Amino acid sequence: MSALLEVERVTMRFGGLTAVDDASMAVPEGAITGLIGPNGAGKTTLFAVISGFLAPTAGRVRYRGDDITDLSVHVRAERGIARTFQVVQPFAGLSVRENIAVGAYLRHAAREEALAAAGAVAERVGLTRMLDQQAGALTVAGRKRLELARALATEPTLLLLDEVLAGLNPSEIRDMIPVIRRIRDDGITILIVEHVMQAVMNLCDRVHVIAQGKLIAEGTPAEVARNPRVVEAYLGHGAAERMLRVQGGG
Amino acid sequence: MSALRPYAAILAVLAVLAVLPVVFTSGTMQNFLIFTLIVALAGQGWNLLGGYGGQFSFGHASFFGTGAYAIAILQERLGLNPWLALPIAIGLGALVGAVIGTLAFRARLRGSYFALVTLAFAEVFRIVANVLPVTGGAAGILIRLNVDPLNFQFADRAAFHWLTLLFLGAVMLLVRALERGRFGARLVAVRENEDAARALGVDVLRVKIAAITLSGAITAAAGCLYAQKFLYLDAMIAYGPWISVEALLAPIIGGLGTVFGPVLGAFVLHGIGELTKTWIATLTGGALPGVDLVLFGVLLIITVGFAPRGILGLLPRLRVRAA
Repeated sequence: MSALLEVERVTMRFGGLTAVDDASMAVPEGAITGLIGPNGAGKTTLFAVISGFLAPTAGRVRYRGDDITDLSVHVRAERGIARTFQVVQPFAGLSVRENIAVGAYLRHAAREEALAAAGAVAERVGLTRMLDQQAGALTVAGRKRLELARALATEPTLLLLDEVLAGLNPSEIRDMIPVIRRIRDDGITILIVEHVMQAVMNLCDRVHVIAQGKLIAEGTPAEVARNPRVVEAYLGHGAAERMLRVQGGG
Repeated sequence: MSALRPYAAILAVLAVLAVLPVVFTSGTMQNFLIFTLIVALAGQGWNLLGGYGGQFSFGHASFFGTGAYAIAILQERLGLNPWLALPIAIGLGALVGAVIGTLAFRARLRGSYFALVTLAFAEVFRIVANVLPVTGGAAGILIRLNVDPLNFQFADRAAFHWLTLLFLGAVMLLVRALERGRFGARLVAVRENEDAARALGVDVLRVKIAAITLSGAITAAAGCLYAQKFLYLDAMIAYGPWISVEALLAPIIGGLGTVFGPVLGAFVLHGIGELTKTWIATLTGGALPGVDLVLFGVLLIITVGFAPRGILGLLPRLRVRAA
């Protein structure tokens, strides 16, 4: 598996605050890669750099070997990089179908083709019954699916998912996981920023862990969960040692 | 026939509007109708940028005045036939739109900042037009009376009514076509959420500049018709705030981001405005200048407060949607 996306020594500073510090990671083609970390670790910042919403202070982002650091967001979308938003952003004045069509228009200039493509995408994410509803009338779960559908409608090669499961209840998460897995099986590479651990463990082929702006671990979900540095990042200094002691004593 | 269905309602409304000068034959009434259609046309221009694109301009006088002055100056100072001057004047309106749009949108001005900048542009145009010799300065510019259809002047008021309606109709059909296509979808996406639009591959800057360019052209056409109808311009008429206000009030009151909004709004505004003026005049025995403006203000407050989607928004069932 070659890397579709490479983050090379990216640093992002806001004034005196270093949100992302010299981070390097690779997203292999055809897999689901997770980016996790405790609150305020820099996940969202790194995600914004990768998707083009923030220009990094230092470092490069490469996609298919090309340097895309300076490309604007819409050009990245044309190249095949799509993203969703953690805070869902439906176009309130439009129906679900029209919302998805905005994405589909990137590859289909004609109305009929774009609307047909939107219908096909809606089926992939389970929104077919809601196609003619106003987007503003959807439930949170529906809106998350709409985020996914719109991004998919741009026919991406790389899909960046920003906490697409946050705010869903456990049964909605269970419904959503196979949808994401199916997208991967259709050949779309996925980078997912996620809080919901159940999802990360279930979905991701590989996981990168970021804490205090630094990437501290990388591996399969099981490997990462056992990594003492990761445990400490989440639970505090000394936590790994204490856990080991507890396990040893019990 | 099914390809025409989205346009049927527009054609029906145009047919009704076309019959009006046959039904109402008084000069006052016909002048009122033509003026209202011109306002509706200016409002269509504003609505494309403001209603569909969400970029509220407070200075559409820049485009209206540029169209009006351009056709008058080309005709009177350079001796160009007004029919030839018309496309040039519309083109200049588009150019002014493109320039203001490029400057304002490149600087990422949004909301009230964008509105203020457009207002500032219109005021600068007004002040400059008030002193330049070519515009006739404060004395204004007069288009010589020479009634001849070849000269854009018609003996019959109905003819000018139909000509204005032709422009309005063409723009309404164009707006409906845009609404149903890629550009319209992207424009609404930009209005609703720029970041989300960008993430879906929409070049937000380009869409906004295209919208203001087209908007400028449409409102400039309204200016051209105004100049040819009333044959006199000064800086206050061409670039005055009145037309900026008319152009935005009509769509806001009629229904933002809808094809029929500006037309309905223009008729409601001017209908009620004229009625109030006559009513006040008969009641008090004298005219009360500006009473229609007071009324416009009240209507705007009521609309924004209680019907933010305008009159058409109150009738969602009747709203003809592009299905």
